[in-house]
Amino acid sequence: MPQIAATEVLIASRGRCNLRTVFEGILHAVLLACAVVSIITTVGIVLVLLLESLQFFRDVSVWEFLTGTKWSPLLKPQHFGILPLFCGTFLVAAGSSVIAIPIGLGTAIFLSEYAPPVVRDIVKPLLEVLAGIPSVVFGYLAVVFVSPIIKELFPSAEVFNAASACIVVGFMILPTIVSLSEDVLRSVPRSLREAAYALGATKLDVTVGVVVPAAMSGIMASFLLAIARAVGETMAVTLAAGATPKLTLSFFESIQTMTAYIVQVSQGDTPAGTLEYRTIFAVGLTLFIFTLSLNVVAQWILNRVREKYE
Amino acid sequence: MKLHAHSKSRPYAKFASTCFAVMCGFCTVLSVLVLLVVLWNIFSYGWSALSWNFVTSWPSRFPAKSGIWSALIGSLYLIGVTAVVSVPVGVGAAIYLEEYAPPSRWRTLVQVNIANLAGVPSIVYGILGLGLFVRMMHLNRSVIAGGLTLSLVVLPIIILSAQESLRAVPSTIRQASYALGATRWQTIWHQLLPVALPGILTGVILSLSRALGEAAPLVVVGAATFVAFTPENLMTDEFSALPIQIFNWTEQPQKDFHQLAAAGIIVLLVVLISMNALAIILRQRFGKKVKW
Repeated sequence: MPQIAATEVLIASRGRCNLRTVFEGILHAVLLACAVVSIITTVGIVLVLLLESLQFFRDVSVWEFLTGTKWSPLLKPQHFGILPLFCGTFLVAAGSSVIAIPIGLGTAIFLSEYAPPVVRDIVKPLLEVLAGIPSVVFGYLAVVFVSPIIKELFPSAEVFNAASACIVVGFMILPTIVSLSEDVLRSVPRSLREAAYALGATKLDVTVGVVVPAAMSGIMASFLLAIARAVGETMAVTLAAGATPKLTLSFFESIQTMTAYIVQVSQGDTPAGTLEYRTIFAVGLTLFIFTLSLNVVAQWILNRVREKYE
Repeated sequence: MKLHAHSKSRPYAKFASTCFAVMCGFCTVLSVLVLLVVLWNIFSYGWSALSWNFVTSWPSRFPAKSGIWSALIGSLYLIGVTAVVSVPVGVGAAIYLEEYAPPSRWRTLVQVNIANLAGVPSIVYGILGLGLFVRMMHLNRSVIAGGLTLSLVVLPIIILSAQESLRAVPSTIRQASYALGATRWQTIWHQLLPVALPGILTGVILSLSRALGEAAPLVVVGAATFVAFTPENLMTDEFSALPIQIFNWTEQPQKDFHQLAAAGIIVLLVVLISMNALAIILRQRFGKKVKW
């Protein structure tokens, strides 16, 4: 870089090029401003969520919010316990992980360890297409396609149920797991595999005993990112899982997630400035903290993995 | 001898290995199959409801008369606003981070911040848009408010992909340019950007197709579901969007509306696929030209 600085000084010293130096300086400032937009976005999110939430917590104690077992801000008598929404979000995240983690890891292992390059070149773009399908489309599928099947198999299931949401969200987050895990599995050095083969290991031993453990932290990060996506997933869950916040562990009942509640309030005509209106900021803040922590941990793990193999 | 004894003590080792391979292959088939089931389901259900009339009609309470025109136009406006805002800012930020900012705490901070923003659920951006654009800046429930919100959603993705494309340009190109006396901006404008362009464009189009499918932030910002006009004034008029309209139709209990939703999804997918096809063509057309 010092050479470049020297060039700039050289150019600047010639009088006729002063304009250019000014131009370069302005561009530098403009580009810096572009980067600062991302910082402002974060600050904006935190400020908007915090300011309205603080107003909310003047009327409702934090303790009541975090430990209350009943959520009904839109009906009298009002209750502001977030646990039922939390429970709904947990059910969807857990259920979709149960589907996405085994299938995703299996696919990642197949693509990185078994599949010939031709198959990989076909499957990976197809999974990208799956990843590109909008969330509302999955919501439509849950309502029109998955839910009737579930009702057929389990007649006691309600029309809107957590299971149909879990299934579609599971397939939504699948590509996240596959693409990240596959990257990490492929970055495991060849020498590790060859050493294991040399000791007489079968392909199964090598994959399960050597490659997967070596890539474990990266695989875990992909799980965390996928779970964070499931937690933040909105439209599919709103359409499929219903609008009944309740504390239950049954996958066949109508529930409500944090995201679905925000949509429900947004669709109604709740006037700004009321307590009901502020609930979405309090719920949004909870959701933000939750997904942010998952993402931070995942990013931290991924950075460590990158350092390890680069 | 030892090896032989080893394999003898595990008579099913080979069989287990094969089983595992088959299981993993099965997972792969399943994930691809899901995509086919999704597409087949939508097309078989929505195809009959799809017509030119459907594309050019306003939404209505009567399924037979209902169409998707206002949503389609609303989506195109939104994408326009999003592109105008997010592409220059995103590419600018990427250029700053890759070419200007020296490795420092500040750069790490911005970088970590962007990675985390990429993971923030889109509905949280909706809340930001509601608080910032709709209430504080009094943009109301307008196309501009929706477009600005979507810009913030896709900004981190554009920045990250543009950074990757810039990073892929060999540093020898930069050094050669500086050696010839070019300034930093001349190097960026004449050497780096033309080479990195296909990669940047691919990232941009993928991000914009993500924005096209986003419904959650728009619901929070206040997109309307029954809009029987196309927005004339971007700053004040209400708007609808394709995913919002699909969401609304899916919410209705009547089966006829579900069929409309499927037809709407086909329209949405056609727009998405054309955008992605464009990305692929650009990547292949321009990707091969550059050789050092």
